[in-house]
Amino acid sequence: MIRLEPRPSPSRHAIWLAPLAAAAATVVLGFVLFSALHQDPWAALAAFFVEPVATRYGVGELLLKASPLMLIGTGLAIGYRANVWNIGAEGQLALGAIGAGGVALAFGDSGSPLVLPAMLAAGAICGLAWAAIPALLRTRFHANEILTSLMLVYVANLVLSWLVHGPWRDPEGYNFPQSRVFVDAALLPNLLADTRLNWGLPVALAVVVAAWVFVRASFLGFRMRVAGLAPGAANYAGISPTRTVWIGMLAGGACAGLAGANEAAGPIGQLLPSMSPGYGFAAIIVAFVGRLHPVGIVLASLLLSLLYLGGESAQIRLGLPSAVTGLFQGTLLLFLLAADVLVNFRLRFQARPTGRVPAVR
Amino acid sequence: MMAAAARDTPSGPAPAHPSTARLALRGIGKSYPTVIANAEIDLDVMPGEIHAILGENGAGKSTLMKIIYGVVKPDAGVIAWEGERVAIGNPARARRLGIGMVFQHFSLFETLTVAENIALALSRTAARTGLDDRIRAVSIRYGLPLDPARRVHTMSVGERQRVEIVRCLLQDPRLLILDEPTSVLTPQAVEALFTTLRMLAAEGRSILYISHKLDEIRALCHVATVLRGGRVTGSCDPRRESATALARLMIGADLPHPRHRAAAAGAPMLEVRSLARAAADPFGVSLVDVSLQVHAGEIVGIAGVSGNGQQELLTALSGEARVDAAAIRMRGVDVGAHDPDARRGLGLAFVPEDRLGRGAVPDMTLADNGLLTAHRMGLVAHGLVRARAVRAFADATIRAYGVKAGGSGAMARSLSGGNLQKFIVGREIRQGPRVMVAAQPTWGVDVGASAQIRQALLDLRDGGCAVLVVSEELDELFEICDRIAVIARGRLSPAMPVATTNAEQIGLLMGGLAHDAPAPREPASP
Repeated sequence: MIRLEPRPSPSRHAIWLAPLAAAAATVVLGFVLFSALHQDPWAALAAFFVEPVATRYGVGELLLKASPLMLIGTGLAIGYRANVWNIGAEGQLALGAIGAGGVALAFGDSGSPLVLPAMLAAGAICGLAWAAIPALLRTRFHANEILTSLMLVYVANLVLSWLVHGPWRDPEGYNFPQSRVFVDAALLPNLLADTRLNWGLPVALAVVVAAWVFVRASFLGFRMRVAGLAPGAANYAGISPTRTVWIGMLAGGACAGLAGANEAAGPIGQLLPSMSPGYGFAAIIVAFVGRLHPVGIVLASLLLSLLYLGGESAQIRLGLPSAVTGLFQGTLLLFLLAADVLVNFRLRFQARPTGRVPAVR
Repeated sequence: MMAAAARDTPSGPAPAHPSTARLALRGIGKSYPTVIANAEIDLDVMPGEIHAILGENGAGKSTLMKIIYGVVKPDAGVIAWEGERVAIGNPARARRLGIGMVFQHFSLFETLTVAENIALALSRTAARTGLDDRIRAVSIRYGLPLDPARRVHTMSVGERQRVEIVRCLLQDPRLLILDEPTSVLTPQAVEALFTTLRMLAAEGRSILYISHKLDEIRALCHVATVLRGGRVTGSCDPRRESATALARLMIGADLPHPRHRAAAAGAPMLEVRSLARAAADPFGVSLVDVSLQVHAGEIVGIAGVSGNGQQELLTALSGEARVDAAAIRMRGVDVGAHDPDARRGLGLAFVPEDRLGRGAVPDMTLADNGLLTAHRMGLVAHGLVRARAVRAFADATIRAYGVKAGGSGAMARSLSGGNLQKFIVGREIRQGPRVMVAAQPTWGVDVGASAQIRQALLDLRDGGCAVLVVSEELDELFEICDRIAVIARGRLSPAMPVATTNAEQIGLLMGGLAHDAPAPREPASP
C-alpha cells in the first residue's frame, strides 16, 4: 500500500524533479498512444515538441502565443495567492481589446506617436474596470467572485460582438462583423524580422518582472500571501480582507486588459467578434502549472504555447485527429499538476494503512 | 500554590492490582525525519490506576499517547492489551479495545453540533437513540454542563474540552487518556473532574494523565512516569515526592522562580470605558459596560471560565473587531475604531489565544511570521521587505527565547505548541511595546517555558509597559499580577489588588457566576 506523508518542509529537489517526472510520464504515454495509432512515436513526439520551434518563424509564433498567457497568468496569480479567484480574465481581455480598439479608432489616421501608449493604457484600465465589478460585488454584497467574474466573460464578449456588428463596424468591410484595420501608428512594432513577434513580449516580460518584485520582495505582496494562507492571522495582523480582494481582482483585470490591447494592436490589428482563442482561461492553467510563481508562469506559458503549436503541427504532419492532440495535451498538464503533490508530500510504501487523526482543529 | 490547598490528596491507597497490566509497552520507538520522538519506552498501566505521564514539551508525551491511541504507528516495540499482544492500527481499533482519548488540540468539527460530533465517534447503534439525553446525563453526572444542540464553532476552548471529555466518557472506556485536561478549568471544576476521575478509577478503569502541573499530579495520580528527550528517565509515586523533586526529574534541573517585585504603577496606558458589544453570533457573549484601566508598570489579570466574554473583549482590544472609537483609549488616543496594525503603531502588542492560524501562519517560515507583526522593526524599507533583517530578527528571537526550531527557515507548523508560543511572545516583546495584551500566554506550555514566559512579562512590566493578561489559570495570575479582575457573563468586576484577595475568593466568584448561568439556550427557531 502506498501512502502520502506530508513533508516537514517542501522538498527543494522535488521542485525540480516533479516537472521532469511529469515529462518522463508524458513521453511514456506518448509512446503508448502513438504506437496504438500506428504512428512512429519518435516522429510524433518530434512533430509535437521539435518541429514547431525548428524555424525562426516557429520560435516567433511560440513567443507570440506565450506573451498573453504569461501576462494574464501573472496577474491572476497575484489574486490566487490571496485566495481571490478571478476566473473572468477572458472577459477582461475582451474589454481591454475594446478599450484599445476604441482609442485606435478615435485617433483615426492622425499618426500621433501617443496613440499606441494610449491604447495600452486604455486596455489596462478597461480590463481593470471590468474586474472591479466582481470585486465590488464581493466586498459589498459578499457575492462569490468565481461566479460573477465568469458570468461577466459572456457579457464582455457580447459587448464586443455588438460593437463590431454595430457602431464600430468597418463601413468598407462588406458588412463583415469587424472594425476598420488599425493604422500603422496604432500597431505594436515588429521585434524579430520574418516573424509576427512584436513588442507585446517585452511589455509582458516587464509586467512579469514587476510582479516578481511585488510577490517576492514587497511588503504588500507578503501581506497578500498571508491573507491567502491564514485569514485568521491576516485579521490578527490588521491586513484588510477588502483591500486584499480589490488588489487581487484589479491586478488580474489590468493584466488581462493589457493582454487584450496587445492582441488588438499586435497580431490581429483590428477588432473582431472574438479577440482570443481562450487565453484568459488557458492562463488559469498556466498560473497553476507555474505554481503561481512569476518565473514558473513564464515557463508554463512557453509550454502551453508549444502544446498549441505542437497540436496543430501533429494534426497537419501526421493527420492525427484533434481529439488525440487534445488528449495528449491534457494528460501532460494533468501529470504536471499531479507531480506537484510530491513537492509537499513523499511516498511511503508499507504493508497496511494506518488511521489518521480526524479533522484537527 | 494557593489553589492547590483546596485539592486534597488521593484518598486511600491505589486499588489492589491484579497481576496483568491493562496496557504494557515494551521498547516503543518512533523517529521522524528530523527528531527521535520516542526511544525504548517501557510502560505498564494497571487496572484502576491513575498513571501520570510527566515531561516537558517535546519530551515525546504526545507521540507516545498517539501511538497508544493508534494515530501514529511505532517504528519499534510491542504493545500488549490485557496480556495479549495487539497492533493498534487506527483510532477506531483503539476505541474498540476500550481506549478513549481527550486530545490537547481538539479534534472536533466546528460546523457540527455537540451531539453530531459525539455521534461521529460512536458506533452506529449507539449514536442512533437518545444520544442527547445520554449526553445531558453524563455531563450532569460529571459536572461538565453541555448543550447537545450547540455548534462547536461558537464554543470557547474550555467548552470544547468538555465536549471531548464527555465524548470519551460516553464510550465507556477501560483506559482513558487525558492530555493536559485541566488547563482551562476553575479550581472548583478541577476538583469536580478529579472526583470524576477517582470515581472512574475506583470502577477499575485505568487513566493515563498527561500534565505538567505538579500539584495536580501529586493530588491525583498513583504512579508517575517521567519522560525527557523521548526516553523514560524515571518512575515514582508522586504522592511521596515533592513538587521540586518531580520538576527536577522532568527538566533535569531546578525550576526557575520568577522574581516579583512590587509594582510601580504610572500613568494609565490602556483604558476601556463602558465598552458594550453585542455578541457576534447567537451563542456568543455580549459585553456589558466593561471598564478597565491598566497603568504603566503594572500587570492586570482577567480571570474567568472561558466563554464568558474573553474572546469578545480580546478582539475589541486587539482591533480584530472595531468598536466605538471612544470606548478604548490607548496612551491618550481613542483607538476603538483603529485596525490592529494602527494600534500596533501606537505601541500595542498582542499575544492571541490561538497560535496556529492566528498568532502565526502555519505554512510560513518563522522569519515570515516575525515579519507578520514586527515590520516596524526596520524590516521593511520603501515598501520592500528586507529579507536579511527579517531573518536576523527571527534568529535573534529564537536565541533570546530559547525556541527549539531548525532556525528562521523552519515552518511555524513544524514547531511544538510551547515552542511556537515562545516565538510569538518573543516576537511581540522584542517590539518594545508600551501596552501588552496576552491571552492564555502559557496554555499547553511546559513548566520551564511557562516560567520563562511569565518572567518575560514581569520584565516587561518592570520596564514600564502596561500588561494585561487574560488567563484561566489562577496560579499564574496570582504569580504575576498586581491586580485581578473577574469576567463572568460579559461583565467585568473591578480589579482588586492581589494582596486583598485570594484564589479561593476569585475562584468562587468566577465559578459561582458560571454556575448561576441559566441553562444553555436552545437555538432560536424562526
